[in-house]
Amino acid sequence: MSSMTKAEANAPGTRLGVRGPAHYLRRYGQQIGIITVALVIWAFFRIGAPRTFSRYEIYGAFMSTTPFFALMALPLTLLVIAAEIDLSFPSIMAFGMMVFSIVLVRAENAYLAFIACLVAGLLAGLLNGLIVVRFGIPSLVVTLGTQFFWRGVVNVVTAGNGTGLTSTKTTFLYGALVGRLGDRIPAQMIWTIVVAILVWFFLNRTRLGAHVYLCGDNVESAKLMGVNVARVKMLVFAIVGMVAAFAGVVVSMEVLYYWPTLGEGYLLNTLASVFLGGTSVFGGTGTIFGTFVAAFIIGSINAGIVAVGLSGFWTQLIYGLIIVIAVTLQTALSRRFS
Amino acid sequence: MDDLLRLIDISKSFGEVQSLRQVSFRVGRNEIVGLVGDNGAGKSTLIKIITGYHQPDPGGEIYFGGKKIDRMTVARARELGIEPVYQERALADQQSLWRNIFMGRELTQAFGVLDVRRMQQETEKLMTQLMGFTSTAVTPDSTVKHMSGGERQGVAITRALYFRAELLVLDEPTMGLSLSETKKALDFVAEIKRAGKAGIFIDHNIFHVYPVADRIVVLDRGRVAGEFSKEQITLEGLVAKLHHVAETGHLDEPQAA
Repeated sequence: MSSMTKAEANAPGTRLGVRGPAHYLRRYGQQIGIITVALVIWAFFRIGAPRTFSRYEIYGAFMSTTPFFALMALPLTLLVIAAEIDLSFPSIMAFGMMVFSIVLVRAENAYLAFIACLVAGLLAGLLNGLIVVRFGIPSLVVTLGTQFFWRGVVNVVTAGNGTGLTSTKTTFLYGALVGRLGDRIPAQMIWTIVVAILVWFFLNRTRLGAHVYLCGDNVESAKLMGVNVARVKMLVFAIVGMVAAFAGVVVSMEVLYYWPTLGEGYLLNTLASVFLGGTSVFGGTGTIFGTFVAAFIIGSINAGIVAVGLSGFWTQLIYGLIIVIAVTLQTALSRRFS
Repeated sequence: MDDLLRLIDISKSFGEVQSLRQVSFRVGRNEIVGLVGDNGAGKSTLIKIITGYHQPDPGGEIYFGGKKIDRMTVARARELGIEPVYQERALADQQSLWRNIFMGRELTQAFGVLDVRRMQQETEKLMTQLMGFTSTAVTPDSTVKHMSGGERQGVAITRALYFRAELLVLDEPTMGLSLSETKKALDFVAEIKRAGKAGIFIDHNIFHVYPVADRIVVLDRGRVAGEFSKEQITLEGLVAKLHHVAETGHLDEPQAA
């Protein structure tokens, strides 16, 4: 093997200099970038509305409502890293909760309803994956279709009628999903952290997670090296579906009512969280940490804008500015340091 | 002769197009076989069958190490130690060096948890001992997208040898490389022979194949048009034959494969 050493001895290796700040910027650039964005926005709100942002209530409100879409943004990050997309998860939320409310009414058992809901979400996600993998249709098109399909199923079955969930309020499930820990921390915030840790572990500490990156980066080489691309993608679609159904339960339990329109309005917030968090739209790179922080940035803007004295009409304008500026900066910086 | 790989009467069609017609092909143990031919000659199809990426049409036979292989899949090929090394498709650009080395063969510890630290350490060892990266700037965490063509070939061949591949399948390892990078890539090919392993070296460029190959097989329009051991033919003679094959589709005297 010594000849190999000789052959490569002159390999250009010193072009980047010694391991210093640049090394860490390269390695943790995405994470540093998103934290910087979060701090700048927080400072802006803190200065603009010192009274609101120095009290717990505003943070409690963020922790109560941001999980509704942060939960879905986390597994969706896996899908985008694998170079796929899912537009159907808002409808899967509604579909899962439709199953929940049917089982709840018939069996009068919230736990059974909860399990049925998760299974329904899992199967709906799996169906997305199956169509994408078996027929090779772009997931953008497939999930655009299933998004209409599941919403349509919900509309036909419920005829637009909602279901009251007050009967679940006395169950352990209610407290576990949307109760308040120590009367302060919303349980859904804890679940968001739990899901973030689980998804992070899956992505970074399991073989299937490692294959998620490979599927999104170079699917040809992944296949050639024996990665079961179809299995990885179907699994991730199924996870997204199941977590969407879970998020649907959390949202509905919080208001103790199931609306058939559940999920509408979450699509763009969720996707924005993934992309603002630094996940590449082309696949292959992205972090769970980035998505987690980005979701809370997106979740804080609405209330923050009102608190600093601007009207709510400013919300979308600021969203737009932050997303475009942050993503442009990230791209520019990653070119500079990689 | 003791064959490592033997294909008998392998055909492959894609719809109407017949890509391979009854091709027989063999590779001896510790032998480097050059596979040359024009675009569309069937080189890629043949190696995709050998690596289990395509299934041949019914009727042919594949033997590896003397054993008949009923169904060659990507997983089966890897179990047997057949390792493809593609220049363009070998590496995932945005991933770190260690993820590329252990692509599809990640090391795990208890409960199937990835052993990231050990993969990084092993990569670091390979980098200094085999690939010759001495700089502290290139770490196992560095992405591979800025590496040169020769370095990328080095990573892919090192990966194959590290996992004890028996037969390395090199698809145009010198394509698009500069002169010095080509030299590097060819040195790595020679390293396969020195490590006691076998290789199939696919290239358009006979001038790159000839110096490192023990035997050269010429494909043309889906058939084996000729086969020469290095003792049989000079480089000039081979070039003349290749021109003749390209024009007529056959050699002067039919050659038993």
